[in-house]
Amino acid sequence: MKRISLEEAVAAIPDGASLAVGGFVGVGTPERLCDELVRQGRRDLTLITNDTARPGMGVGKLISARCVRKVITSHIGLNPETQQQMHAGSLEVELVPQGSLVERIRCGGFGLGGVLTPTGLGTLAEEGKRRIEVEGKDYLLETALTADFALVHAMYADYSGNLHYLLTARNFNPIVAMAGSRVMATADHIVPVGVISPDDVMTPAAVVDHIVANH
Amino acid sequence: MNPQTLIAKRVALELQPGMLVNLGIGIPTQVANHVPAGIDVFFQSENGLIGTGPVPEPGFAHPKLTDAGGQAVSALPGACTFDSAFSFGLMRGGHVDMTVLGGLQVDGSGHLSNWMIPGKMVPGMGGAMDLVTGAKQVVVAMQHTVKGKPKIVSQCSLPLTSVRPVDLIVTELAVIAVVAGRLRLQEVAPGVGVDAVLAATEAVLEVPDHVPTMPI
Repeated sequence: MKRISLEEAVAAIPDGASLAVGGFVGVGTPERLCDELVRQGRRDLTLITNDTARPGMGVGKLISARCVRKVITSHIGLNPETQQQMHAGSLEVELVPQGSLVERIRCGGFGLGGVLTPTGLGTLAEEGKRRIEVEGKDYLLETALTADFALVHAMYADYSGNLHYLLTARNFNPIVAMAGSRVMATADHIVPVGVISPDDVMTPAAVVDHIVANH
Repeated sequence: MNPQTLIAKRVALELQPGMLVNLGIGIPTQVANHVPAGIDVFFQSENGLIGTGPVPEPGFAHPKLTDAGGQAVSALPGACTFDSAFSFGLMRGGHVDMTVLGGLQVDGSGHLSNWMIPGKMVPGMGGAMDLVTGAKQVVVAMQHTVKGKPKIVSQCSLPLTSVRPVDLIVTELAVIAVVAGRLRLQEVAPGVGVDAVLAATEAVLEVPDHVPTMPI
């Protein structure tokens, strides 16, 4: 069954799970799934997400409630709690350039082992990574990322699970949706099949495991 | 003139019609307020938008139309949106003609540090490394000094954003071009002498015989 309640969706996510979560500074984040993860008291999660938003917003709620053991992200500058927990040693933070992060997730979802990028060469972002020369130019090998669960938020989800994102709330969502073993989506509007025209489907129902019921 | 306004106005003179331009947060954001008349450019927001417009009037903001800092923006006629993989493909693929970023330090070879101060401030690089690596032109818009200390230094003591040198540095005192790995004083701000620029700069600057004043 594709449709699922919010409580059931989060109950399926165990402590210690890895989550790839859409959103950019809280815009396009599956906010209700974050709230419910906090309410059910999940612990030791690994979070793969563009940024840690702000305290009390988006995935920032998971940081504040200490649900997260490790975060792989490009930016934590707007969330002082992420930085405090990192400095205190209770949260591991892996910083990845944003373009490399989204490509790593894309590789995970698209069956690729990694991607070669010039970004990060000769900087701290090169540490621990292989440098590969192709036709006389150096690149860093950025390896694929996948997650146990992909959590995304759409503007429209139809009953079958097709998704359409709005404006800048698209961001990491369609990429993340390909990289989770189980894909859960929330939506502002759950609509009949056909309301989203085929050309406007940004994530096909075939890759979405669960549409989370609205209130 | 307020130093930040002066910097933004001078950077805006670098804009050419039809350019795709990415503005960082801080002083670079203000460049959009000073686009010369008759110059149409496309502004990109790294979170997935080309055609970023000004902050909407009260009551006309949409929570899903935001800039890279999460603040509400508008979209101009002809705007388009896309996902983050596409957005960074625009940068690394050389489709972004110019990026304007803030800086903590720039060194004598034009290397930029702008994403962390070890032990003090670790915000993360966000999109800065991709922008500096991939954009066709990289312009640094920053104050010339911080607490009286030069930000244009012989060698960056802070972690680099990229090994690719920037192209132009615009401060409230001067415009400095990076040419073949060296810094060349290109313009001084109105009322500022060459000696004052040299005194506020740690890195070696090449000074041509004639240094014009910024045309602002």
